[in-house]
Amino acid sequence: MAEARPIAFVGARLVDPASGYDGPGAVITAGGAIAEVVQRPALEGLSPDIELVDCGGAMLAPGLVDIRVKTGEPGAETKETLKSAARAAVAGGVTSIVVQPDTEPVVDEPSVVDFILRRARDLGLSKVYPAGAATKGLAGAEMAEIGLMREAGCLYVTDVDRPIVNSQVMRRAMTYARGFGVPFAHRPADPSLAGRSNANESEFAGRLGLVAGPAIAERIMLERDLALAELTRAKLIVDQLSTADALESLKRAKAKGLDVHATVSINHLSFNELDIGDYRTFYKLVPPLRGEDDRQALIEALASGLIDVVVSAHAPAPAEDKRLPFDEAAPGAVGLETLLPALLSLHHERRAPLVDLIAAVTLKPAQLLGLDAGALKIGAPADLVLCDIGAPVRIDADKLISKSKNSPFDGRSLQGKVMMTLVDGRVVFDART
Amino acid sequence: MARNPLGIDDVRARTFPFPARHFTSAADLDRDALAALLDLADGFVALNRQKAKKLDLLKGRTLMNLFFENSTRTQSSFELAGKRLGADVVNMSPRASSMSKGETLIDTAVTLNAMRPDLLVVRHSASGAASLLAQKVGCSVINAGDGQHEHPTQALLDALSMRRAFGQVEGLVVAICGDVLHSRVARSNVLMLQTLGARVRLVGPATLMPVGAERWGVDVFHDLRRGVADVDVVMMLRLQLERMTGALVPSTREYFRFYGLDREKLAHAKPGVRVMHPGPMNRGVEIDSDVADDLGISLIQDQVEMGVAVRMAVLASLAARLDND
Repeated sequence: MAEARPIAFVGARLVDPASGYDGPGAVITAGGAIAEVVQRPALEGLSPDIELVDCGGAMLAPGLVDIRVKTGEPGAETKETLKSAARAAVAGGVTSIVVQPDTEPVVDEPSVVDFILRRARDLGLSKVYPAGAATKGLAGAEMAEIGLMREAGCLYVTDVDRPIVNSQVMRRAMTYARGFGVPFAHRPADPSLAGRSNANESEFAGRLGLVAGPAIAERIMLERDLALAELTRAKLIVDQLSTADALESLKRAKAKGLDVHATVSINHLSFNELDIGDYRTFYKLVPPLRGEDDRQALIEALASGLIDVVVSAHAPAPAEDKRLPFDEAAPGAVGLETLLPALLSLHHERRAPLVDLIAAVTLKPAQLLGLDAGALKIGAPADLVLCDIGAPVRIDADKLISKSKNSPFDGRSLQGKVMMTLVDGRVVFDART
Repeated sequence: MARNPLGIDDVRARTFPFPARHFTSAADLDRDALAALLDLADGFVALNRQKAKKLDLLKGRTLMNLFFENSTRTQSSFELAGKRLGADVVNMSPRASSMSKGETLIDTAVTLNAMRPDLLVVRHSASGAASLLAQKVGCSVINAGDGQHEHPTQALLDALSMRRAFGQVEGLVVAICGDVLHSRVARSNVLMLQTLGARVRLVGPATLMPVGAERWGVDVFHDLRRGVADVDVVMMLRLQLERMTGALVPSTREYFRFYGLDREKLAHAKPGVRVMHPGPMNRGVEIDSDVADDLGISLIQDQVEMGVAVRMAVLASLAARLDND
């Protein structure tokens, strides 16, 4: 790939979670890295061969790091390929994605990790990192080759949407992962309670006659996971918390000083169960959308820092898997292209400071997984997003870049237009032209 | 209640365009529309008791019965209703098990739509299936049962049975008893009975009661005797026998002991109480034969008769709307 030309971004609103700075500034990129960061709008004495970008007050921030992205590659390329996901990512200002191991074949041994890394390397779009399975075939019985996958380049292990029921398997896998310094992500849901539920157990689901599971299934499993984190001293990433109840458990564990971190999906910050309305399957998610009280509690937990990271939970599902009766439809929503504007809603609604919201999709996930990303500092890779955070955007699912169009934001008006995305100093997305 | 026999012209005069293109929920109808529909159905009851039952209100129209779930009585009821109104009736029963269920529904919808039916009656095991289908086809869709969601024509026939037995539904106290959790009949009845001004109670073991049911505007009871105390109507629900194996209730005999309707428990209800059941009954599980077969108490046979009449009313009314479109 060609060496990136130096670019000077002037007149920006710099948002840098690493320093906590949110104010006027300018950035120069050179040689794929950040060469200069100043906290004033203009730069003097620029060399004429530097391309000048006048940001006009738009936000310049580190590119987003989305640690929970599903594609269909390998195995279900009609849903999404690594390439289409990476294109969608950069269109949404996301410069690093961590792809989930529930592919066909499952990413449970190093050759599949290697396959994904090789496929992604040549794309020249967002950076792509694999997560590995915690257990072979995601079956929850035997440990996957965690050490070898780590060596091949996987960032963390997870069984994705399948909770590991057997506590002994869970304990050993967590212990083993800790020995290799591999973070362990787990979505807490007691399957015997959650069953094959598709919806949150509530008055609403009862009226619709949907197969529903109680919110408490999340807390019950989370309590076990937190106890095992205490026992094993593993680094636990609690995947996609969705209930207010579970936040209490998380708070206690963090107060104890456990190495525990939590994510929330942008969908659970944006919607509640009532959005399902007349069986709209684009709102069928795992975990299911909960009540408004839960959504409000999640927003507060994000604002307070109890929840560390926001993920898109990008899960492409083609129309034929969604245009079914609710109980039979595939769960999940695409989200790479809407993550940033949807998150900015919380800024516009004054629910949290902008720099904190940006930290939850940049610095914090990068730190969690040990990536050199998420900070506007000299020498760091020039992974950047330029976003006009006030600009109105109307989400039209048909115009999404993702191969699957299952966006719950379809038809919604948001604010925040991604103008440019840079990866290692190269312009990989440019909406200005 | 005895009514004067109606002529075909009377029925024709009562036919009015249905307020919506589809009939997927009991909530689709307001009180006035319900009253008009029940009046029309009353007319069909009278007509059905005559020798010459056949009308031509649906002449040239095609009615398709699309039943993904087995049903003898609902399907034949719709079939008879369609034929008595002069429609061409086609029955289709795709076997959901032999194909991927989802493909079946949507593919079938597209295929059927191409055959240009006018009225599509659908039963499917998934909640929301009828409403999904309604979005995909050009004809009128009638929900004949979608999963655990609704079965609006059942609620309509129940309302007609009650109105004929008591003169009016308003002010009646109705106890719906049994497996409310899995019952689409219960959900549709709650909506429709409330629209008509009845007071509804839900009675059943706590494991078979939907979460949040107490916020449906009903009174919830877990004791059958207390639940039926001073009610006008006891509506028993069918208990699926496969749900009786210890998962939700411990055993058939325990269920019958606490929730099976017999004369002793029924004695707590108002004098003149009537008993209903959507069928098919599990005798000795949710209802004692002694009660079910007592024609002085049971409305169960009336319900079947009313079923054909209300379906004729719905079909005629939907067709009148199609004529106007």
